[in-house]
Amino acid sequence: MTGPARPLSETLRHGGAMTQRRVRILVAKAGLDGHDRGAKIIARALRDAGFEVIYTGLHQTPEMVATAAVQEDVDGVGLSILSGAHLTLFPEVIRLLRENGAGDVVVFGGGIIPSEDAQKLKEIGVKEVFTPGASTQEIASWVKENIRPRE
Amino acid sequence: MASNKEQWLTTLYRSAGERAARFSTVSDLEIEPLYTPEDARFDYDEALGVPGEYPFTRGVYPSMYRGRLWTMRQFAGYGLAEDTNARFRFLLSQGQTGLSTAFDMPTLMGYDADHERAIGEVGREGVTVTSIHDMERLYGQIRLDRITTSMTVNCSASIILAMYLVVAERQGAGWDNVSGTIQNDMLKEFIAQKEWICPPEPSVRIVTDMIDFCCRRAPRFHPVSISGYHIREAGATAVQELAFTLADGVCYVEHALRRGLEVDDFAPRLSFFFNLHNDFLEEIAKLRAARRIWARLMKERFGAKEARSMTLRTHAQTAGVALTAQQPLNNIARVAIQALAGVLGGVQSLHTNAMDETLALPTETAATIALRTQQIIAEETGLANTIDPLGGSYAIEALTDRMERDAMAYISRIDQMGGMIRAIELGYPQQEIAEAAFRYQRQVEDRIKTVVGVNKYVTPEEIPLPTLKIDPEVEERQVQRVRRMKRERNQRAVKDALKQVAEACRSGANLMEPICEAVKQEATVGEICDVYRAEFGVYKDPAWI
Repeated sequence: MTGPARPLSETLRHGGAMTQRRVRILVAKAGLDGHDRGAKIIARALRDAGFEVIYTGLHQTPEMVATAAVQEDVDGVGLSILSGAHLTLFPEVIRLLRENGAGDVVVFGGGIIPSEDAQKLKEIGVKEVFTPGASTQEIASWVKENIRPRE
Repeated sequence: MASNKEQWLTTLYRSAGERAARFSTVSDLEIEPLYTPEDARFDYDEALGVPGEYPFTRGVYPSMYRGRLWTMRQFAGYGLAEDTNARFRFLLSQGQTGLSTAFDMPTLMGYDADHERAIGEVGREGVTVTSIHDMERLYGQIRLDRITTSMTVNCSASIILAMYLVVAERQGAGWDNVSGTIQNDMLKEFIAQKEWICPPEPSVRIVTDMIDFCCRRAPRFHPVSISGYHIREAGATAVQELAFTLADGVCYVEHALRRGLEVDDFAPRLSFFFNLHNDFLEEIAKLRAARRIWARLMKERFGAKEARSMTLRTHAQTAGVALTAQQPLNNIARVAIQALAGVLGGVQSLHTNAMDETLALPTETAATIALRTQQIIAEETGLANTIDPLGGSYAIEALTDRMERDAMAYISRIDQMGGMIRAIELGYPQQEIAEAAFRYQRQVEDRIKTVVGVNKYVTPEEIPLPTLKIDPEVEERQVQRVRRMKRERNQRAVKDALKQVAEACRSGANLMEPICEAVKQEATVGEICDVYRAEFGVYKDPAWI
């Protein structure tokens, strides 16, 4: 069980670990809808793939997502949106991350997002948009390739 | 002595060879190569009976579709109330026989369109309803005593039901002539759909208030539609869908009995809602098992005397989760097959999904094809000519038994935990479902389960379908409308009415009467839900992975 209140694993981040710290991902469920099947599967698959994963739980506002990302010092935010509000929520999360000095956090996401909207999202800084049918392996390898621990 | 089947399995069958190591349903239930009378041993009268008689395995009504076809009830809702009203009237003009209303997320979660949490979501996933005026526009020019309406709304259902009844009254219809269904199944919200306001206990209290209220005041209304649909969509197996849905039903019955209601007074008004997934035989067996289990529970466990109290009458919808964004036209075939399972499973009403629903809300063309699919099944295939035509099939009867057995095992486990509310608090059904969802995803990625167009028969380039666009002005217009209404109404009357609702929350008096009064005074969905939040507290997602 993992929740937003999970303590940071300090040893991994600053302790005697010889290797680079593990990439930390915030899987976030923004918006009012309750479609969390995908977010939970992704959270679990990313954890199984060796990433540190924090899951926000449902019904988060962009403020809550950005705050959690900063507090948990994550390297990437995976935003799941199936309510049709993606063109509102993604830009807001990105804006708030930048405002809070976390503009280098990689934002990616998925959900019910028509391809033309996915294109718009990429233009405003969403690094990748996964749509229905994307495999967890595909998403995990994309994270491995595209997200590095932040300095 | 080796049976015929055993002998056949070890000789003829084995020598013929198999194309796969294991054969299982989409829910991973293992399927045998052949079902024979040995697998389907039953006493005909006890296990099946005739349609319209206990245990209703073969159908809840004596004449089933020979008497009346199922209700074709396409779920619709988007934009402003007048947009959805236009879609409703279009669907009715195309031969649809019942309405089904989809509300937007702010309405479903109890926020007004002008609330900051509503930004970007107004009219997107359904129609926006903030006040009684929206409900009047939504059902404008549709006589509510001449049509049955289903409304998919849960944690704010009490307010929407009150608005619906007030609109009917203003049209001149008596509440005892208004029939329809409000989903109002809060238990499955905590288990699967996850739209909630208050914790489980007060949520179920509100549901019980509504059951009680409808018994007295709106006796033709179904105050709850006990829903497996969302449980399945969240990733449950067919058995889990069946078991958790019926266990939810048990919980509502227990609460209504504790309230002092007579089982035969309210049980006939409970209705159900199941999913229709791809695995044809499994789905038919699930629906037949559902009827038999419910009849037995109501009769044996709750002492129902009247047949109507024992019948599981159900709506069904094809599985949204089985649609693919890839090669979306293939979804037309999937939906047709899923709908066939529903008809062979004896459902009372049916929604067929549109092919484009993994992309957006359906366009008019896509919604029409979905409705036509039902009309083809009803009027061209001949399947509505005879009742339960698969009854007696060895495979179907063996699977129906298996479903009943496995579901009853889950129901007993939940009883042992202390009932569904306790099980939800422990996270039991939620985690069983998440586990099943993850397992299925693995099977798809490992190509153990095929999804055509996704993990097999993939085409590289696809021509995108045109999708429905929601005009961004919808939100702005609704927000302006709501703000103006809030400025112009009688503030004193609103305040007093909300105080009455709060008082009923505290005293335990039925909430519905004061809510009906509050909506007449133009109190909004969000304002009444704020009373719930203040009086009952707010439930927070435990966020289990």
